[in-house]
Amino acid sequence: MSRIDFAVGIGGAAGQGIATPGDILARIFVRRGLHLNAYNAYQSIIRGGHIFLILRASVDRVGSMGDKIDALIPLNQDTMNRHLKHLHAGGVCLYDGDKINPGPPNEGAQMCPLPVRELAGASKIPNAQNTIALGALLQMLGIDFQLFEDILARQFAKKGDAVVAENIGVARAGYDYATGHFTAFPNSLPDTGKRYAFVEGNQVLAMGGAAAGVKFYCAYPMSPSTGVLHWMARNARKLGIMVRQVEDEIGVINMAIGAAHTGCRAMCATSGGGFALMTEALGAAAMMEIPVVCIDVQRAGPATGVPTKTEQGDLWQVMGAGQGDYPRVIVAPTSIPDCFHTITELFNLVDKFQCPGIVLTDLLLSEGRASVEPSEFNFNPPIDRGEIIGWRGNGDGDTPPPEGGYKRFKITDSGVSPRALPGTPGYVHVVATDEHEEDGVLISDEFTHPHKRQAMHEKRMRKMHGMLALINPPKLFGPVNASVTLIGWGSTEGVIREACEKLAGEEAIVANNLQIKWLVPLHADHILSVLSNSQTTIIVENNYSGQFARYLRSETSFVPTGHIRKYDGEPFMPHHIVDGVKQILARTTNLYVPVHEYIV
Amino acid sequence: MPAKTSASTQPPAPTTPETKPLGAQLTAKDFKGRVDPDWCPGCGDFSVLSSLEQALAELGLQPHEVIVISGIGCSSNLPGFINTYGMHTLHGRAVAVASGVQLGNHTLKVIATGGDGDGYGIGGNHFIHCMRRNYDLTYLVMNNQIYGLTTGQCSPTSAEGMKTKSTPFGNVERPINPLALAIADGATYVARGFSGQQKHLVELIKGGIRHRGFALIDVFSPCVTYNKDNTYQWFRPRVKTLEELGHDPSDFHKAMERACQWGDEIPIGLFWKRDDIPALDQLEPVLAEGGPLAHRPLGIDPEIAKSLMEELM
Repeated sequence: MSRIDFAVGIGGAAGQGIATPGDILARIFVRRGLHLNAYNAYQSIIRGGHIFLILRASVDRVGSMGDKIDALIPLNQDTMNRHLKHLHAGGVCLYDGDKINPGPPNEGAQMCPLPVRELAGASKIPNAQNTIALGALLQMLGIDFQLFEDILARQFAKKGDAVVAENIGVARAGYDYATGHFTAFPNSLPDTGKRYAFVEGNQVLAMGGAAAGVKFYCAYPMSPSTGVLHWMARNARKLGIMVRQVEDEIGVINMAIGAAHTGCRAMCATSGGGFALMTEALGAAAMMEIPVVCIDVQRAGPATGVPTKTEQGDLWQVMGAGQGDYPRVIVAPTSIPDCFHTITELFNLVDKFQCPGIVLTDLLLSEGRASVEPSEFNFNPPIDRGEIIGWRGNGDGDTPPPEGGYKRFKITDSGVSPRALPGTPGYVHVVATDEHEEDGVLISDEFTHPHKRQAMHEKRMRKMHGMLALINPPKLFGPVNASVTLIGWGSTEGVIREACEKLAGEEAIVANNLQIKWLVPLHADHILSVLSNSQTTIIVENNYSGQFARYLRSETSFVPTGHIRKYDGEPFMPHHIVDGVKQILARTTNLYVPVHEYIV
Repeated sequence: MPAKTSASTQPPAPTTPETKPLGAQLTAKDFKGRVDPDWCPGCGDFSVLSSLEQALAELGLQPHEVIVISGIGCSSNLPGFINTYGMHTLHGRAVAVASGVQLGNHTLKVIATGGDGDGYGIGGNHFIHCMRRNYDLTYLVMNNQIYGLTTGQCSPTSAEGMKTKSTPFGNVERPINPLALAIADGATYVARGFSGQQKHLVELIKGGIRHRGFALIDVFSPCVTYNKDNTYQWFRPRVKTLEELGHDPSDFHKAMERACQWGDEIPIGLFWKRDDIPALDQLEPVLAEGGPLAHRPLGIDPEIAKSLMEELM
């Protein structure tokens, strides 16, 4: 690809301070108006093991970690041994020459040993090699030292002037050393004049919640969803959000439902294991007609699985969550910025239809980081609370009770019944998880009645029709008359679209992408009509059994030409999809499973 | 007065809203629900329901100011039988939902109700953590030492040796002691009542609702159908009020000692109470001003929104 595209890989053991140089570099890039994508491959360990962060910058949006590394910074021998082979011609490897033995580089790769002991001098700052390597790299990228200095000053401000000065000194030593000893990259990274924010998916989910007016957030810590809790806890007091860490996920969802019933917008997040504990309560929310939002950040399962690795393996769990049929929305955001819009839109939907909403992200989106244009996030989005009685927030709160008594579950054409909040005079009622009549009286124990049960069940399920009309159908990305349509859902949008570009540029294969975001309800007819024009169709997903392929088939009878699946815990790289498309087009297989090259 | 429906195969008739003007002094009758309880004749829960209605009236509360939240079980049907807001949630989850309600709108009087299986068994984890956190809730547990709605299996409070459908040769497990657990765990109002002594129970419930913090009121509420051991006749000669026995509810060690007492003399009354620990909602700065969370306007101040993004640039 001709566009500017630069990726740095920083690797080491947990505890070696990989996050800090990653953050510093990211801030430098976004200050120069470069877009970014960061993926951190790590292990469930606090100290030791191996971590590998890939930070990729470009003038255009970056939707994946890409296929190559231009600069490698191995902070220990293990990283050198694992990843030097991934550095190709034109790439550079910056390392502590005193401690790390270089392996044999690929032809054309530049090895840059840094005399860390000498350059650090008397400095006692921990992880001096990180700062020295960053200094050298920035010099080779043609980035002004002043910017590096500003970012270091900000990064270490809390630790005092002495620490800032020491870091700047060490950085300068690395920067200057590179000038005389290494060959700079032929093109320096431009300054586009724009300024972006650098955000993590979990932060964006939390910010979306705050913007939507979430007043109650609770969770039990579970990787990779915990970042939402951390952001909420940090900002709770500033934003007037009640944040609670609860004893278990059953408590989490039930507490959220309680708060939601009083009129708060309430949200919680977990991963697949925690979600499994929440399932009965999701049905309860639907039965009591209480709007609540639950985020499932998928990780590699089953059971404890691989806690620090990604997967799209919970689709069927989420679709099958809870006993019986009940109305709900299931949505899978397609990019990190999309996490924001998804939450604000979803709250309006669940408020309007008084049912649970489930967000399916995964480790790739939630712990992945990306650049965003700050104006992209609207912190005062349109709010629709639906038919609500007694809410004094942005409403009047005083509606006289209806003649003949209030019926909380009044049977209506839309399936939606006006919802009175507890505390409102004249609207006293009971909501129950047992089947009930329009006025809330149970028809589960003493007064069972098949016709009333049927009517109430149909009332609830009618909401699904109204929802579908308010949800955008998926749009085809790329040329309409492509020879290949790549179908994905949720987080894979970025990598699939990059694969489309690669297929066009390098393989002369015209491909387009149909990315599905709203999973339930599903625009099945629309999807089927789009796909009926496609020659070759391939479903790309991060799981073993083709969960989305099976779902799409169940809803539409659609069977694709082939499948590309990955379930090793790591996300797709663009070339994995390119290779799969080629093989499926050559009819050598209809199921391609790539082999991940980076071992972390 | 809501329309009444007697037990029959017919569903209840449509109801009319309460006719007394807002703010009028209500009586227990005004808290009668639209449906008569479907409990077995003689069930201890009738007395608990009446006591709760009486307590609400005596406290001068209005139906819309109160929300009664239950789990699942015979006693958990209670919210359907009382004229207040109500939630009839999932088995074991009453106090979890109730704590969310309490924080969502801390101006409501939140009362959780249920049975021993619901609260001390399947809901045990929520129970211990809600007490530790001292939410401002009143939790009424109708303890009949048996699973009734599932037709008579042993419960966490069933006595050792008790024969039930799931322990036909006698229960080999030892029962939980909910009062001692609550006192040790951080509940700030711990009491026990008996369905056979309604006046005494009304006072305990009133005290629990007035108390600012987690109030556990365990009530001996005999199951006349499935528990043939712990009957009214069994309890009557044994229960003694702590008032008769002489007890200082601010004395932790005495409270524990009384909570562990069982046999020929079983104390009921207020075992333990402390007022020096604020309820959780009083400790949360988010609730310090601005009224109930549920009714606050949505939207973020533009300056704060800007600062949120600037942190990330």
